[in-house]
Amino acid sequence: MDIGTFIAQFISGLSVAMLLFLVASGLTLIFGVVNVLNFAHGSFYLLGTYFTYQLMQMFNNFWVGLLVGVIGAGIVGMVIEVLFLRRIYGRDQEGAFQLLMTYAFILIIDDVVKFIWGPEYKTIPKPSSLMGSLNLGTTIVPTYNIFIIVVGLLVVLFAWYFLTKTDKGKMVRASSLDRNMLGLLGTNVPLIMTLVFGVATAMGGLAGILAAPLRTVTPGAGVEVIIDSMIVVVIGGFGNFWGALLGALIIGEVLSFGILWMPELATVLTFIVMIIVLIVKPEGLLSKKMVGRK
Amino acid sequence: MKKLKDYLPWVCYFVFFLGILIVNPGTHYIHLVARVIILSLYAVAFNLLYGTTGLVSFGHALFYGIGAYITGMLVKATGPEFFLLFIVIGAAGAALVSVFIGLLTLRLTGIYFTMLTLAFAQLAWGLTFKLYHFTGGDDGIQAIAKPEMLTGGVTKYYLFSFVVVTICMYILWRIRRSPFGSVLNCIRQNPQRITFLGLNVYKNQLKAFVISAFFAGVAGGLYAGLDGSIHPDMLHWPTSGNAILMATIGGMGTFFGPVVGSGILTGLETIVGKYTEYWSFSIGVVVLIVVLLFPRGVLGIKHLAGNKNKEEKETEVVCNS
Repeated sequence: MDIGTFIAQFISGLSVAMLLFLVASGLTLIFGVVNVLNFAHGSFYLLGTYFTYQLMQMFNNFWVGLLVGVIGAGIVGMVIEVLFLRRIYGRDQEGAFQLLMTYAFILIIDDVVKFIWGPEYKTIPKPSSLMGSLNLGTTIVPTYNIFIIVVGLLVVLFAWYFLTKTDKGKMVRASSLDRNMLGLLGTNVPLIMTLVFGVATAMGGLAGILAAPLRTVTPGAGVEVIIDSMIVVVIGGFGNFWGALLGALIIGEVLSFGILWMPELATVLTFIVMIIVLIVKPEGLLSKKMVGRK
Repeated sequence: MKKLKDYLPWVCYFVFFLGILIVNPGTHYIHLVARVIILSLYAVAFNLLYGTTGLVSFGHALFYGIGAYITGMLVKATGPEFFLLFIVIGAAGAALVSVFIGLLTLRLTGIYFTMLTLAFAQLAWGLTFKLYHFTGGDDGIQAIAKPEMLTGGVTKYYLFSFVVVTICMYILWRIRRSPFGSVLNCIRQNPQRITFLGLNVYKNQLKAFVISAFFAGVAGGLYAGLDGSIHPDMLHWPTSGNAILMATIGGMGTFFGPVVGSGILTGLETIVGKYTEYWSFSIGVVVLIVVLLFPRGVLGIKHLAGNKNKEEKETEVVCNS
């Protein structure tokens, strides 16, 4: 393989990784702070896409659609957290019920989307300002892929600043460490949980919107993305924000190069990576706590 | 009297599944009930792991699918004379695979166990697509013949499934009521205590895993004969999810709950699906209601109003003393 193809493939892998990271970091934030494995996270990815599609039909402006899609996904997320998920926190066998409830939301949201917008393929065009491609000397890369990578990096930077440098960020980290103690110190923990849920689902929506011009928009898109994101979260370690970044980079590049080298096995490669990580280091690559059998 | 009460669910089971033949509502509904009873076995087998042992496996479709594929491929390769034998071979194949997967997955607990079982099932699903010459890939295996005895009319195959499923259910029922079943129950409630009693949690979980996989394989093999066609979707994660749905909707703390769950799920899918294509919406709503209001499932409703069942009271007494 010559260096040009390698770079092109690497950059396309990076853009896949950034989209995965946007979904997976939300998933891992929710798991860390709210302690819910949000199986329906892909449905917010879907909702963001369709809100944007609707706005594009009305105003024909990608940026307005993006803004409304992100906010809309976040609001739906917060409503679901307040009205439903909050009721099952702390129940016996909580994990199984969370899985079921969020699975129920996959069924409901996907069908509502199908009902409102129909089952057929939709397209969201790239914004005209990002149409072209960039010449990197040895290879030519679409501007839009660069845009996705830049947005992903901005989110990483912002999250790093928020989580480590601000008081609010410290509270979010504290609530993932010891929810009860934070509550005793006078913090409104349920509010933090709702807000984190909203931000995380909004990030899922953002990923859906950014991915829409590259992929086709169908009611099944959310389910496709959730499994890949789960793999990312498992590889990086549940609730570990930086783990999600590392996991997304690994899976993004595995998908990108897998298609080139082993097209036959590209779809199963990600599962193989996940199985290896779970067997060798079940707590995830970047987490320290042991969870295996003592 | 207590004896009679214990057997009441069995009476209901026989009355319903044999009564349907007397009522004879037509081939369409017999076919539907045949699906219900086959999925019941799948769900009850799964519940040995989920409701009894407390292991949330998200990859049970793998064993269901292996049973179906082995049965289907054997029928295609040799002919349908030994159909029942092929089902048993299929189930044994599922059990064999489950030994290896169980050895690896049971080292983990909680969500990690769930994810690893999911990964293995998805891996198998992906491979089924890719190994086109072996599994038929996307198309699955079509036109799986049935032995002469069972051809012509769905009623014959329904009776055959009923007999096979009932035998399997009886075995599972006995397992659940055996000392081994009590050990599994204990593993869910208090694994440390099991260790203190000198029993090995890992080994017993593995046994439950293999037994559960075997009977899921039987269900898969039966399903292969029902429609005469199988497809990779039988290994996909929604099939695993359905097992959890059926067990929870019906009541995971009861033996017959998953049977009720299977009836509700299959019924909704078919009956709502007749009027609108949005039947999964209705399933989503039912699951939401069950999770929020009846966490013990339909058969557990009687315990709702603060009445703890006998098992829980006993546990409480033990824990407080």
